[in-house]
Amino acid sequence: MKILVTVKRVIDYNVKVRVKPDHSDVDLANVKMAMNPFCEIAVEEAVRLKEAGLATEILAVSVGPKACQEQIRTALALGADRGIHIETEDFPESLEVARLLAKVVEAERPELIITGKQSIDSDNNQTGQMLAALLDLPQGTFASALKLADGRVEVTREIDGGLQTLSLSLPAVVTTDLRLNEPRYASLPNIMKAKKKPLEVRTPAELGVQPRAHTRLLKVEAPAERKGGIKVASIDELVEKLKNEAKVI
Amino acid sequence: MPVGILGGLRRGSANPPYDYDNNKVFEEDRAMRESMEFDVVIVGAGPAGLSAACRLMQLAAEQERALEVCVVEKGSEVGAHILSGAVIEPRALDELFPDWKERGAPLNTPVSEDRLYLLKSAGQAIRLPDPLVPKTLHNQGNYVASLGNLVRWLGEQAEQLGVQIFPGFAAAEVLYREDGSVKGVATGDMGVAADGSRKDSFEPGIELHAKYTLFAEGCRGHLGQQLRRRFELERNADPQHYGLGIKELWDIDSARHQPGLVIHGSGWPLQGDASGGFFLYHAENNQVVVGLIVDLNYVNPWLSPFDEFQRMKHHPVLKHYLEGGKRVSYGARAIAKGGFNALPEMVFPGGLLIGCEAGTLNFAKIKGTHTAMKSGMLAAETVFEALVDGDEGGRALEAFDERFRASWLYEELYRSRNFGPALHRFGALGGGAFNFLEQSLFSGQLPITLRDRDEDHARLRPAADFSSIAYPKPDGLLSFDKLSSVFLSNTNHAENQPCHLVLKDAEVPVASNLPCYAEPAQRYCPAGVYEVSGDEREGWRFQVNAQNCLHCKTCDIKDPAQNIVWTTPEGGGGPNYPNM
Ligand SMILES: Cc1cc2nc3c(=O)[nH]c(=O)nc-3n(C[C@H](O)[C@H](O)[C@H](O)COP(=O)(O)OP(=O)(O)OC[C@H]3O[C@@H](n4cnc5c(N)ncnc54)[C@H](O)[C@@H]3O)c2cc1C
Ligand code: SF4
Repeated sequence: MKILVTVKRVIDYNVKVRVKPDHSDVDLANVKMAMNPFCEIAVEEAVRLKEAGLATEILAVSVGPKACQEQIRTALALGADRGIHIETEDFPESLEVARLLAKVVEAERPELIITGKQSIDSDNNQTGQMLAALLDLPQGTFASALKLADGRVEVTREIDGGLQTLSLSLPAVVTTDLRLNEPRYASLPNIMKAKKKPLEVRTPAELGVQPRAHTRLLKVEAPAERKGGIKVASIDELVEKLKNEAKVI
Repeated sequence: MPVGILGGLRRGSANPPYDYDNNKVFEEDRAMRESMEFDVVIVGAGPAGLSAACRLMQLAAEQERALEVCVVEKGSEVGAHILSGAVIEPRALDELFPDWKERGAPLNTPVSEDRLYLLKSAGQAIRLPDPLVPKTLHNQGNYVASLGNLVRWLGEQAEQLGVQIFPGFAAAEVLYREDGSVKGVATGDMGVAADGSRKDSFEPGIELHAKYTLFAEGCRGHLGQQLRRRFELERNADPQHYGLGIKELWDIDSARHQPGLVIHGSGWPLQGDASGGFFLYHAENNQVVVGLIVDLNYVNPWLSPFDEFQRMKHHPVLKHYLEGGKRVSYGARAIAKGGFNALPEMVFPGGLLIGCEAGTLNFAKIKGTHTAMKSGMLAAETVFEALVDGDEGGRALEAFDERFRASWLYEELYRSRNFGPALHRFGALGGGAFNFLEQSLFSGQLPITLRDRDEDHARLRPAADFSSIAYPKPDGLLSFDKLSSVFLSNTNHAENQPCHLVLKDAEVPVASNLPCYAEPAQRYCPAGVYEVSGDEREGWRFQVNAQNCLHCKTCDIKDPAQNIVWTTPEGGGGPNYPNM
């Protein structure tokens, strides 16, 4: 069984995001980038399925500028077998990414597609869903557990107030939530081996897709800075302030 | 926000369990470790390590020889742990990549003007007239740049030349052959819990074996310290002297920005026996860097380099540029400033110390980049020559010394040998005058050598000899508190790992450092890692918030009891400096 995992290059989660002085976007100059943590979880899950003998090949796909190949290499070091980089100048919008991925899925015919539930930069939470819709495939989003059996995949989903377990026919799209697994470290020998694994570069034109822009970024603003706390002298004062100033009670 | 969720989940509790007896590698794990063979292994992807790597591959390409060179770097990426000024002298770079401009090296801002100030008080300053500025502080032909970005570029060049670079892997241990020569290094285990047990994600370290190993960890390298002791490399050297450099990057008002303007100065707010100097460089994109280097031979344990820096920014000379601007980044790093007299033997069986690991910084110029690069290049040439001659490794490459002595690096360091000791001996004014005479009139050729034999940590005097220093509260505009500062360094260490700041004796902080020196770690650490809590009645507690550590190495240097040992945390941990 072949598994396709998606990996996105995003700003590292340790980095405090800085807004450009003209508010046009987030400043990415010389900022540490990394694989989207939810994509790491997707890769880890695929590798575990392969280690359990349930999958035979793992294909890692990334859409974006040339530097995305670093994240594909990381996926290869973590255990993916080969990579496809769809090279674009910028990061296309989710729908366009889904359309590009759909073309790869049509050509590669994986039985399971695992994506992160969202990327921590744009927080859209829609690429997996859009991909499933474009391909007319079943989807299991926010997976916290995943089981392959009898030609189906059982996905436990984290939903408000509890868990929901679905059984999907294959092929299917699954998006990962935080608790699905704890990703491993890439070992040094595996990083070296990853440099020799196949990585194919494709263009949107080759895939017959012309990415379009549906939205325009107007402005980015940093969250308001937290104001210093104050000390209250009595419980009455606290209640008074919560009522009249903070207006929370 | 998912970043927050993730952060919370992975970072976990603010204070890791307090554990001294850590960083031990289990014997069974050691036996289980895989090994990889290289011709040369380099520890640290700074200017020294990467220049050595590039030079080795250039020579191999010229002579059409296959060479396996690997560099390990503890930062999450190349450049993540690099913090410097920096005004960069391109001499070594010109030699290494004469076409660096075409290759896009990020040196974009030539120095346009040099100014030197003596801050007399919180409000007053004198600007030294140009003819009185020591020759070593003239910067025509140099560039204001981010060393972190230059190093990122050097990393790309090295990779293109075929060097294997492994960021995110710390060299945690030196490996020796049976004959006692250095055989390589082992990377640290990943996925070890705070109590020493293995987590699910456990990944044992790897042994990297090499014919020769170059140690380029920068100032106060953790493995370098072990090598110095084991091979008695300091037998003929004066003790090393250090400074703690604290630096910020600011976006400023474009009307106040003058690309290439370089300002240095000393004096206020450092008082009494404390010395140091500040810098403010105008870089590209309306940014300036501002920093203070405090000499770590200060005697008053109440001194807080961080707070001195914060209040210094209120001086009109600095405020003039910073006012209305926004702080973008913060960080700190020690520098080794002992220079020529403190240089240890750089060669030992199986390897060399290069760059600030050895102490090649030229303090008269406050520059260590070009000298670190040159030392790496000389080491590369020496090692390559040996390998070409069929050397199987493990020897002490004495040929390095000759190469070093014949180089401009040696001459430059020799000329500046009296600069630091003069300041220590005659104070800022007298020493400054001596240095001016010596450096400018005699070009460092006076036939005298001043020595400075007190170790920095031994200079600290009891807290009772001084009254404590009342630092002004930060205003949140020009000055800030430690926590919000550390936040901007993007530092992080995976939660639940052994504390990498090892106390040889857990009792020392509370039992002796506290009563005698009011535990200075609380103040000298620029990241607020060390805290003392409790009271007389309940008893005192010494707390180590290791996850905030900036890897500056000050605690390893300044602890009066020499009781704190900085060891490598799990690879990838530590600051993530952009553009520093
Ligand atoms: C505040 C400040 C201002 C300065 N200003 C200037 C200036 O204006 N001009 C100038 O030329 N110089 C300046 N310097 C000095 C200059 O930065 C150093 O001389 C130079 O960085 C030394 O290079 P290096 O390669 O020897 O060490 P470093 O630059 O310190 O690099 C060492 C590298 O090794 C890595 N490392 C360390 N230990 C390990 C390990 N065990 N395993 C794996 N990796 C490891 C580190 O993460 C780091 O990336 C300044 C320094 C400071 C602190
Ligand atoms: S703990 Fe030591 S090395 Fe880390 S930031 Fe503090 S003084 Fe520097």
